[in-house]
Amino acid sequence: MNRYLRHIVLDEIGPTGQEKLSKAKVLVIGAGGLGCPVLQYLTAAGVGMIGIVDFDTVEESNLQRQVLFGKSCLGINKAEAAKKKLHDLNHTITIITYPEKLTQKNATTLFRQYDIIVDATDNFESRYIINDACVLTNKPMVYAGVYKFEGQVAVFNYNGSATYRCAFGDNRHDAPSCTDIGVLGVLPGIIGTLQANEVLKIILGLGTVLAGKILIFNALHNEFLTISVSKKEAQINKAKTDYFTTPKEERVNLLSVKEAFKKDNALFIDVRNYGALPKVKIKNSTTIPFPILDKKLDLIPADKEIIFFCQAGITSKKAAKVYQSLTNKSCYSMQATIFEIQAYLDS
Amino acid sequence: MKVPVKYYGLIAEALQKNDDIIEFSGNTAQELLDVLYVKYPILKTKDFQIAQHNHLLLEDEIIDETQLALLPPFAGG
Repeated sequence: MNRYLRHIVLDEIGPTGQEKLSKAKVLVIGAGGLGCPVLQYLTAAGVGMIGIVDFDTVEESNLQRQVLFGKSCLGINKAEAAKKKLHDLNHTITIITYPEKLTQKNATTLFRQYDIIVDATDNFESRYIINDACVLTNKPMVYAGVYKFEGQVAVFNYNGSATYRCAFGDNRHDAPSCTDIGVLGVLPGIIGTLQANEVLKIILGLGTVLAGKILIFNALHNEFLTISVSKKEAQINKAKTDYFTTPKEERVNLLSVKEAFKKDNALFIDVRNYGALPKVKIKNSTTIPFPILDKKLDLIPADKEIIFFCQAGITSKKAAKVYQSLTNKSCYSMQATIFEIQAYLDS
Repeated sequence: MKVPVKYYGLIAEALQKNDDIIEFSGNTAQELLDVLYVKYPILKTKDFQIAQHNHLLLEDEIIDETQLALLPPFAGG
């Protein structure tokens, strides 16, 4: 118990609090900029069971902020790479990895096995799945998001508080992720640490939890602002109804890797940034980064079947939506990660 | 009335400013939103919430001259 001595000597925690931590089960979705500090502090604190969901692999451009990883982790699945590092930090806890994408199919089953769900993802689609599955399984959602030099932290669906949908409404957002726009490296470290703090307070029953409140931090001006969110029953109910219907974003034509490569008049468009890794060699392909797609539509020939692809199959869906709405032509988005595409090409 | 407004995230980026003063003759959050849409049509393409007195406003809520915040959700992580 020497490991937790600095916790145990605190009157507010003591052996009883440490016991609560050892019995807690926390699921962290996303082992990226936010997920790294969350995982490190929860592991160090002795949270008894930690689940990590991430389908992505560690890339060199992640190392600027995802401080759990190093050069030896490049190319390895993030959940697996994180587990290896965390096991060295604290081998006495149980860490379970899910190297897969969170979907409407697996979310509720997964969430039922944990007490607290941490949203450390980097896209809106996942955040809505997390919100809805948290409402359905009655689990608190410890949310955080970052944008360049600003971050938000909140605890939704906790002790009858407002939910993510109560704050931000329906999913019609198309904000870019860190991959597209960049972020100050230390920012997700600060925001993820605040997230870990909320998780520990919930487990220990200490202090005031950010329940139904959004804490906003500006790293450039050292400003903190807390905004409370009212409950909206209609939005809470949407979590229940929308979960079982197709999300709006999927109203584009999706192709599996196999289906995509069966098209014989296709032009494959990589909407990742120039030089994104891994590079894939596809005949009849070109790169048009998503942020400039709307200005480069004239580069896309009208007589080809257009198939967008990207790192995770999320930006390509957005690209397909942009293309469809601006050209009134149909197109496809490849429903696959770049690694699945690469694996198919290698096979 | 003249209402000081603070912009966050990609709203600040789209408008190329962090702070603003909006002149406005109505009372509710929705009426202020209508003024903002006329002044900055680009806001119609953005998702954000309006907060005053440290809480998110409903459309029909009455506002005063205390600083408002325009808050978009953040996707990054």
